[in-house]
Amino acid sequence: MISDLLSMTVLVGILASGIRLATPYLFAAIGETFGQRSGVLNLGVDGQMLLGAFTAFYVAITTGNLWLGILSAMVVGALMGLAMAFVTINLHAEQGISGIGFYLFGLGLSDLLFQKLLGTVETVKGFSKVYIPVLSDLPVIGDIFFRQNILVYIAFALVPIAWFVLNKTTLGLKIRAVGENPEAADSLGVSVARIRYFTIILGGTLSGVAGASLSIALLNVFQQNMTSGLGFIAVALVYFGAWRPWGVLGGALLFSLVNSLQLWVQVLGIPIPSDIAVMMPYVLTILVLVATVSRVRAPSALTKPFERED
Amino acid sequence: MSNSSQEKWYSKFFDAALPIFATLAALIVGAIMLLLLKVNPIEAYAAMWEGAFGSQNALAETLVKATPLLLVGLGICISFRGDVINIGGEGQMIVGAILGTLVGITLVDWPGWAVIPVALLTGFLGGAIWGGIPGFLKAYFRVNEILSTVMMNAIAVQLMNFLLRGPMIDPSQAELASKIPQTARLAEAFRLPRWIPTRLHLGALIAVVLAVLVYILLWRTTWGYRIRAVGQNPDASRYAGVKVKNYVVLALVLSGAFAGLAGVMQVYGVNYRMITDGSASGFTGSAGFNGIVAALFGQLHPIGTIPASILFGALLVGANKMQRVVQVPSALITALNGLVVVFVVSSEIWRRRRQRKRLAAAAIEGEGTPPDDPPEIDISIQSEVNS
Repeated sequence: MISDLLSMTVLVGILASGIRLATPYLFAAIGETFGQRSGVLNLGVDGQMLLGAFTAFYVAITTGNLWLGILSAMVVGALMGLAMAFVTINLHAEQGISGIGFYLFGLGLSDLLFQKLLGTVETVKGFSKVYIPVLSDLPVIGDIFFRQNILVYIAFALVPIAWFVLNKTTLGLKIRAVGENPEAADSLGVSVARIRYFTIILGGTLSGVAGASLSIALLNVFQQNMTSGLGFIAVALVYFGAWRPWGVLGGALLFSLVNSLQLWVQVLGIPIPSDIAVMMPYVLTILVLVATVSRVRAPSALTKPFERED
Repeated sequence: MSNSSQEKWYSKFFDAALPIFATLAALIVGAIMLLLLKVNPIEAYAAMWEGAFGSQNALAETLVKATPLLLVGLGICISFRGDVINIGGEGQMIVGAILGTLVGITLVDWPGWAVIPVALLTGFLGGAIWGGIPGFLKAYFRVNEILSTVMMNAIAVQLMNFLLRGPMIDPSQAELASKIPQTARLAEAFRLPRWIPTRLHLGALIAVVLAVLVYILLWRTTWGYRIRAVGQNPDASRYAGVKVKNYVVLALVLSGAFAGLAGVMQVYGVNYRMITDGSASGFTGSAGFNGIVAALFGQLHPIGTIPASILFGALLVGANKMQRVVQVPSALITALNGLVVVFVVSSEIWRRRRQRKRLAAAAIEGEGTPPDDPPEIDISIQSEVNS
């Protein structure tokens, strides 16, 4: 049965679903990258994702409009980001703990709304596959990369965009300056608060889309706590990727490919306990953190509130 | 002088009341949410009160729910005081329970008076190990403990699912087609004594005793003093000759140990077997997270965490009654708990501001802050332990 894994169709299947499953990780972790580069750790990603997932699902199922679902998830995520920004920037709340608070809030509220407004698990017809002309006809490569739903393409496009914004634009320079040395940035006339508001709200918006990608593109259902901690992994991926979009992409692919492999192992009935297989990416993340943390440095001002000297 | 001591009394009262204001604010937001759901908030909250305190049994259930919150919360008091953010309570509870349960289902020939303490101690050790790993990684490899403890939670859940569906499964479930992930029931002699007819068990009393011991540990012993010193100012502590790394590990070991004890007590006091639905909260009831809420509410003071745990235990038990009476899902309480956390940490700003004012005033008067003043809880995660 192990040999089944090595057949071409199965390998293509594993890789294609691996690419697809990377979507929520990418949206959430790229958003979190912006926040952390500006010096704010948002630990509430999972809560933002859950609310985004529910909102997108509910809007999609009641209006039948998937894009309206995405848009509402973005709005909800942005509002959660706004609240997080106010609490961390204006009230200087400890970021790790307030993030847990927002996580619990999103976890509870999404469950509450689900039970009150829907009650039963339903399915929605999510985003369908978009075949990229010409490329999708390529053997193997076409199957793996170019027959995915639209959100997958957007998620992967975000990586170079985020890299470009962070490294090649004035905005990116400001974000990095605020995360490394807020006092210096402030003295040069950059508003630390405004930059951080921007990055946290952007992060919330992308977390909302990450949740929506689960509920109306990948799984097409909503269930309570359906992210099962995926948002926390996304936060870890930012450390894993050393605060760089391409590194984050590497981490996201690692997680999604192992997950996909694990799903296929179950489908094929290979007798490896799936619980142990699911455990592996987490163990691997810890090992990678051990290996990389001493070499790469976090943004200096990460988790430190900034107070202007008057 | 009299003026400043008066001010201090007022200030202390205000500090102590901040979490209560935060909770009231959360309950008001909850009331608005209830109104939006077209439910009378007064009716809903009355049902909650009735469910949590309305009868002997309700009160006992509240205390049963409060016990793991208090135990986890005690660990949180230790770690957060040491500037170590332990988010791994869920995993530490699970691992403590796994090891503790193993004792009860393997040493079946032993007498109860021997098995119970051995099991509780094993659970304590299990949690200590699960907390110690992130502690070690933080101290020696600078791995952020928030991330590693979250990862350790996920690993513990999979470990639990694997064991409860496989090697540790209840023999009566093993033959069934759809297996419930649970272990065999503990022998009657192995169960913690209960206050019949309720489910209130000895663990609640043990937890209260431990709260006093943690208070003594933190404020009356060198270990505790150093954990707090490292938490407040690692550089000064290092300069004073404290081995900072050891105390970072110790803070997480102890923190995990109390969560592990909370886990094993759920088995020996409440369920008499380890059972889950495949998720962490299926076993822990999210006590690993809610214990953080309770400890923060108790201002990271072990004694303050006792009433805080009872309050949140009451919210959890009351939520079930509310669900039955006014059909509002108990998930509302999870959301409100989250808001309490946000409001409590946000309200810290006023406490810090007044503290700074007090310090400035004290400096002008030419005297330091009195030694019994509560230390400032300024928990910055990225304290560079190794720098």
